[in-house]
Amino acid sequence: MSYEFLQTLWFILIAVLWIGFYFLEGFDFGVGMLLIFLGKKDSERRAIINAIGPTWDGNEVWLLTAGGATFAAFPQWYATMFSGFYLALFLLLVGLIIRGIALEYRSKDSNPKWRSLFDWMIAVGSFLSALLLGTAFANLARGVPIDGRMMYTGNLFTLLNPYGLLGGLATVAVFLLHGANFLALKLEGELRERVYNLSKRLYIGAVVITTLLLIGTYFYTDIRTKLGVNPGVTPIASYAVLLLTIIFINRKMEGWAFVATGLHIVLTQVTFFMLMFPRLMISSLNPDWSLTIYNASSSQYTLTVMSIIALIFVPIVLAYQGWTYYMFRKRISTKKDSLVY
Amino acid sequence: MDPITLSRWQFGLTTVYHFLFVPLTLGLGWFVAFMQTRYYQTKDETFRKMAKFWGKLFLINFAIGVVTGIVQEFQFGMNWSEYSRFVGDIFGAPLAIEALMAFFMESTFLGIWIFGEGRVPEKVHLASIWLVAIGSNLSALWILLANGWMQHPVGYVINAVTGRAQMVDFFAVITNPKGWIFFWHTISAGLATASFLILGVSAYHLVRKTNYADLFKRSFQIAAIVGLVSSVLVFLGGHTQGQYIYQTQPMKMASIEALWETEKPASFSILTIGDLSGKKEVWSLRLPGFTSFLACNNFNCEVRGVNDIQAEYEQKYGPGDYIPLMVVTYWTFRFMMLTGLLMILLSALFLLALRGDITKTKWMKWVPWVIVLPYIANSSGWILTEMGRQPWIVQGLLKVQDAVSPNLTTVDLLISLIGYAVVYGALAAADFHLMKKYALAGPDAALRESVDVESVLIGAQD
Repeated sequence: MSYEFLQTLWFILIAVLWIGFYFLEGFDFGVGMLLIFLGKKDSERRAIINAIGPTWDGNEVWLLTAGGATFAAFPQWYATMFSGFYLALFLLLVGLIIRGIALEYRSKDSNPKWRSLFDWMIAVGSFLSALLLGTAFANLARGVPIDGRMMYTGNLFTLLNPYGLLGGLATVAVFLLHGANFLALKLEGELRERVYNLSKRLYIGAVVITTLLLIGTYFYTDIRTKLGVNPGVTPIASYAVLLLTIIFINRKMEGWAFVATGLHIVLTQVTFFMLMFPRLMISSLNPDWSLTIYNASSSQYTLTVMSIIALIFVPIVLAYQGWTYYMFRKRISTKKDSLVY
Repeated sequence: MDPITLSRWQFGLTTVYHFLFVPLTLGLGWFVAFMQTRYYQTKDETFRKMAKFWGKLFLINFAIGVVTGIVQEFQFGMNWSEYSRFVGDIFGAPLAIEALMAFFMESTFLGIWIFGEGRVPEKVHLASIWLVAIGSNLSALWILLANGWMQHPVGYVINAVTGRAQMVDFFAVITNPKGWIFFWHTISAGLATASFLILGVSAYHLVRKTNYADLFKRSFQIAAIVGLVSSVLVFLGGHTQGQYIYQTQPMKMASIEALWETEKPASFSILTIGDLSGKKEVWSLRLPGFTSFLACNNFNCEVRGVNDIQAEYEQKYGPGDYIPLMVVTYWTFRFMMLTGLLMILLSALFLLALRGDITKTKWMKWVPWVIVLPYIANSSGWILTEMGRQPWIVQGLLKVQDAVSPNLTTVDLLISLIGYAVVYGALAAADFHLMKKYALAGPDAALRESVDVESVLIGAQD
């Protein structure tokens, strides 16, 4: 396999990991944020958490694997991005930590204050994580200051520009809707009705912010001038499926509604990676200083070894993770036998 | 303080913190899997309750290991970007494999194990706890192979154009003896940590003669056996490691022993008093020939002293200070050895006592304190290994001072360091609260449906 082929392959693989992470953890983050608004009683909150309980941790591993794969395949990208986005990533880590620990600990003490505190940690952690991830990705598309030695020269506030924040808000809004659609699929009874009513409002928010992001993308990124790979109709399709979601929500076709938001997330990410390719990080100082799959990758030997390993293990992981969802496919009610674990 | 010092403190503190929780995860998983298997085979209720009770403690502990583990994976790039550029071609591979092969496995099957009882077939539920145990230990293997490479780089060349390390032999990287001895040392330390937790908690309940005397006596028995075997294995693993350190990191060996001048045979320092700089010996009491035994398994070989090695390194790598902070390496080694020896002795003693009625022994009420022993040993061992490699981040190839992210400011690091301290402090408090609560409450609390559904209503509005 040629060096260039391997570099492209690993770009695609890492893109797939991020897309998988956004799709899966997208609804986990959404459910986490919705927890405090939807669940009035303790039993309801437990039901909502149980909808993602068995799988959220496995979903988060997609992020860890994306991180590890970036380190192995594109060490320069890993080094520049992780050191450059230092404080943003630190906050992301705090968000992931408080959410993860709260999901596991909230029910282990029956003190109402304890539970309420941890429920807020789940919501805030999910919100913070979604916001920061979205902000980071929007900034990657927009370009960040990177000098000729692949060093990031900005700071945290460089990332908090209007377009970056718009990306963060759009991610939050879409994840909220995606999470609501997932809950409609997993819950039953009165709680499910409440989800429906809420998702109609969430839909409006998601469409408005996504529209703004689309407009912003036209002005703030180099989408007009320099296309990585022409994304063709992908961005339009992505926007269209988001608009269609309301039809499924109104008809209570929750399966299709979930597929629609899922597809929107996937297609948006696909658009992002197509626009980027073959660049990994765009330098706003000088296009020649951008990190690309060619100047940031590992050696051909390492990429070959990693390709063989990925070829063996990725299908295994997909098989058992998919099977987990099948095992826990039953709807969750607020009755006791559905909640105990 | 400058960013390098702060980065070092942050990495050191977060790593030691992370490793307070990891060994128990590594060891206790096997115990729970074994207990649940016994229940599956015998349908003996005691084993079911045992698996539930220890499983609860396993879960509380596991959660912190997971969330602090994410920080570990990100920190290489965040704080040590120049390190990441230098070693990425090699070091990234085991990290990616760890996520793909081990993290997915432990996380996915842990979810099935927590929520699966009564929802998935019993066999699947049993298999999932085994897969969690295997997954977490596999993850230890990959991260230790990565760390082994930092201690003893193999299978690489330095690229003449980029000046960075480049992998040429993956097989050499994954068969690095350094990593495998670490693995042996670490998983047996994990088993010992779990054994001593079980011994301590069981003793607490045995003294109080609760309803579960039989359950805790059996737990105590299993843990005493595993505790003895694993403590001995830790010791042998450590001894084997000594010989590798002697060959590959002579400076670490010499600094462990506060051995300033080359000796043949080399004596073992029982107590050495250094001057305030920690770099000169003032007075010492020594055991003849013993350091030779640690280093090369016989009482006669020559062990090189710090001064000789320093002179050699200055010639080889240029001027600089190649001596680790000896007060740390010297004392952490002694803490580790002492607690390790004590653990062997104590578990042997417990086994002997089990021939009679242990509930009647007077010393039983002191046994819960043994829980702290492995924690001292584990932390000392890692501090020793990592501090003993200084000033290198990759032995002989890259110094710590050249590895730090150049763009980070003191303010960045103060924010993150204080932030981690606050968050980790709160985590520790929550973990300790829950561990204590469930450990003292006994199996009933672990069995009672964790969701006491209608008893607690929060913000009930309808």
